[in-house]
Amino acid sequence: MGKAELPLHAPGTQVDKGYIGQSVPRPNAARLLQGRGAFIDDLRFARLAHVAFFRSPYAHARIKNLQFAKAIKSPGVLAVFDGPTVAEYCKPWVAVLAHLKGIKSPPQHAIAVERACWQGEAVAAVVAESRSQAEDAVQLIEAEWEELPVVVDMEDSLKNKITIHPDLGDNVCFKREHDTGGVDEAFAKADVVVEETFHFGRHTGVCLEGRAILADYNAAEHSLTVYHATQAPHMMQDIFSRHLGIPEASVRVIAKDVGGSFGIKVHVYPDEMATAAISVILRRPVKFVADRLESFLSDIHAREHRVKVRLAATKAGEILAFDMDDLTAIGPYSVYPRTSGIEGNQVVNLTGGPYKHQKYRGKLNVVFTNKNVTCQYRAVGHPIAVALTEGIVDLAAQKLNMDPAEFRRKNLIPDDAYPYTFPSGLKFEKLSHLRTLDRLMELMNYKSLREEQKNLRSRKIYRGIGLAAMIEVTNPSPAFYGVGGARISAQDGATIRLEPTGMLTVMSSVTEQGQGTEAIFAQIAASAVGVSLNKTKIITGDTAVTPYGGGTWASRGAGIGGEAVLQAGRALRSNILDVASRILNFEKAELDVREDCVVNRLTGEKKIDLAELGRVAYFRPDTLPLDFQAELTVTRHYTPRQYGFTFTNGIQASLVELDPDTGFVKLLKHWCVEDSGTVINPMLADEQIRGGVVQGIGAALYEECLYSPEGQLLNGNMADYLVPMSAEMPDIVCAHVETPTKQSQLGAKGVGEAGTAGAPGAVMNAVNDALAPLGARVTAMPFTPERILKALRKV
Amino acid sequence: MEHALDIALTVNGVEVSRRVQARVHLVDFLRDELGLTGSHIGCEHGVCGACTVRVNGDIVRGCLMLAVQANGCKVETIEGLSDSGELAALQKRFHEKNALQCGFCTPGMLMAAQDLLLQNQKPTREQIREHISGNYCRCTGYQAIVDAIEETVHGKG
Repeated sequence: MGKAELPLHAPGTQVDKGYIGQSVPRPNAARLLQGRGAFIDDLRFARLAHVAFFRSPYAHARIKNLQFAKAIKSPGVLAVFDGPTVAEYCKPWVAVLAHLKGIKSPPQHAIAVERACWQGEAVAAVVAESRSQAEDAVQLIEAEWEELPVVVDMEDSLKNKITIHPDLGDNVCFKREHDTGGVDEAFAKADVVVEETFHFGRHTGVCLEGRAILADYNAAEHSLTVYHATQAPHMMQDIFSRHLGIPEASVRVIAKDVGGSFGIKVHVYPDEMATAAISVILRRPVKFVADRLESFLSDIHAREHRVKVRLAATKAGEILAFDMDDLTAIGPYSVYPRTSGIEGNQVVNLTGGPYKHQKYRGKLNVVFTNKNVTCQYRAVGHPIAVALTEGIVDLAAQKLNMDPAEFRRKNLIPDDAYPYTFPSGLKFEKLSHLRTLDRLMELMNYKSLREEQKNLRSRKIYRGIGLAAMIEVTNPSPAFYGVGGARISAQDGATIRLEPTGMLTVMSSVTEQGQGTEAIFAQIAASAVGVSLNKTKIITGDTAVTPYGGGTWASRGAGIGGEAVLQAGRALRSNILDVASRILNFEKAELDVREDCVVNRLTGEKKIDLAELGRVAYFRPDTLPLDFQAELTVTRHYTPRQYGFTFTNGIQASLVELDPDTGFVKLLKHWCVEDSGTVINPMLADEQIRGGVVQGIGAALYEECLYSPEGQLLNGNMADYLVPMSAEMPDIVCAHVETPTKQSQLGAKGVGEAGTAGAPGAVMNAVNDALAPLGARVTAMPFTPERILKALRKV
Repeated sequence: MEHALDIALTVNGVEVSRRVQARVHLVDFLRDELGLTGSHIGCEHGVCGACTVRVNGDIVRGCLMLAVQANGCKVETIEGLSDSGELAALQKRFHEKNALQCGFCTPGMLMAAQDLLLQNQKPTREQIREHISGNYCRCTGYQAIVDAIEETVHGKG
């Protein structure tokens, strides 16, 4: 199949894809290249006050007494608040969803009331004329604590010897068991059974811009304007409205430039809610920007899973069944409003995803601990499900003495099997596993790499090749959150206005944090209407301006927001032709819009340019028929509904070289073949994959939030918490197979999380492939030199 | 208890005199006192490189130098090097290759890249990766940045 054929012109005319499929640079990158962006901390406001938080030094402790007397006298200090005072202005929340049956979590306050449940939880707020003055005063707060017993290890939490929230009865936030039946029978008759336990370290997003919020309450209007580094402005508008008691229409959330998000900036953070509440209390603009140390302590963490998995296969190499048991720890609270049950739930949904076995059992326990909270971070659950699946698949291939690529080819769901219902109950519209595998083999020259690997081994050079096939959730329907009662929009909208000069202004509810949303929307709008790309201006990130919508998460911007832009553009094109037909006294059906002009559809002859049409429509409508009104602003919305999720598929490969003396892994190259449907901008799609792969590599080799037995974060700074830097990263080769979704006219699926979903599994399999001749194996991420040397019994 | 000192320096070619507290970092001074918000604050402990600026011709971490230490110095920031055109070739390649996503690291990354080009007219790909390895980018995975610098070096496109 070739690229999606988009009938961007009215039916019956020549098909022209316009700018779809072209690698055009992002227009909004220019200001960022000159340091002329507008991140929250760059904004300047009169009477701006700054907040700094006094955070719990203990993982679990009762607040016996807080003394603010010295802090309040510190220079520049305007006010100091404790939890109960802020609670009078900001209602607490409970993060549960009705469709995650039995999920429970205690009420959470903006500032801790009565006790702190993790090291770093905010227990008081100091407001001052400058951030440094606020920080000075934080040092002067005197606190008296009663230390409480802590639960740090997730296995201990499950045993429930200490219950973190006695009112909840036990430490289990959420549990689920999915069973197709027949799993034990499949294992009993299998020729080969392999079993492994994988550990996934707790890590975090490390956005280069810390979380940031500037709340500006207007007491006269009882209105609140919030400049917020967020992925979901409308969701936050609803939350500020309901928790602060301000009418929804009087809350405006503006997301200007956002310095990285990756899921970190889509959640409700207590310190950010406190900042908004303090703006209401003090009746002035108030800003909070998390510094790096408090980011490590309070930005959501993610992962931290222990998964036992078994696979049953026949001696001919047919996978019969998967049996999986996942335990994951989420900190002391489920995070609002998405809950912290989703990642584990995804692991149950996605384990074994690419394969055609029919028997599957997945068990999940999500438990509370006294560490920072965890929640949805880029690729949510996928890195776990892909790595455990692909790790056990490689182990089975090894035991069967089959090549890992051939073993996969034998078991992948065939490309002609769709629509397909997976044993976990998920429905796949159309995937292309075998085509992506074929493309990968060709792209990486798999056979000669294997030859080279063999030759180098005889010279004691240990290279490893690792594969990871994957499926990914994109374009989620309301089944993700809305059905569970969360006020999180699954639909998005686009408004397009033809300006009098013939330019387009496009307003979309999807937000931009650098992915290129605005660039692809310009491509879609320009193509759909028939104007030049440089005549298109995109506005996102302002609840007072854009249509209502979900924003940016779960790889939904292009597929959902892009479809709304396409439909709005087509409708505007039709309305433009209505106006042209009146001006020209010409049949609408014989006209079209091309290259900023209304033309004769058949001959291409220019009839009137859009600037002239705009002039007439806006300034001389008196020259148009009395019964005609030009409508040159159009809004359309789109919700995916036929499938719960529009699944994509892909496959990655990693080539590494291992030094058995040092335990260091050198990444030589990485490949990714992805099928995300219609590719709107190949360069931007590839860059999403590359950035995602590198985040996945971070999880596999470097990143882990380490806690002491007392629940103290041991490496919460950028010197001790390792992130991928340029010198260690490989070049990443990307390729695409395009299977457009038929649910939308655009045909786009999501691509932003694919890299992160597959990379950890591919790197793990490559490391274990390199270790295999040395009789060693690693299963606990990140694969640090120490862990590799331990596996080699060298330390 | 606050110590304040008078300083005079040149910032992007403009002479500036201010009384500053001794504890103020150079990057805070540039951002808060002069409104030059292009140099970003990413970690405040000298690791991420987002606050990279040029002082007397050398790139430094704006969070590891005090404003008072810049007394008498010539300081250059992303705004100055953009307006002078010194970064134009790099900025063009960065734009074409999409060597930025959120753009928060980009000013520091460009300062580091330009520093390399001034030191070494024909750096290899490995030397490029090495030279920018003190600048953290969470979005791109670095390859497009390396490509953009390499193409600037070789004058491709």
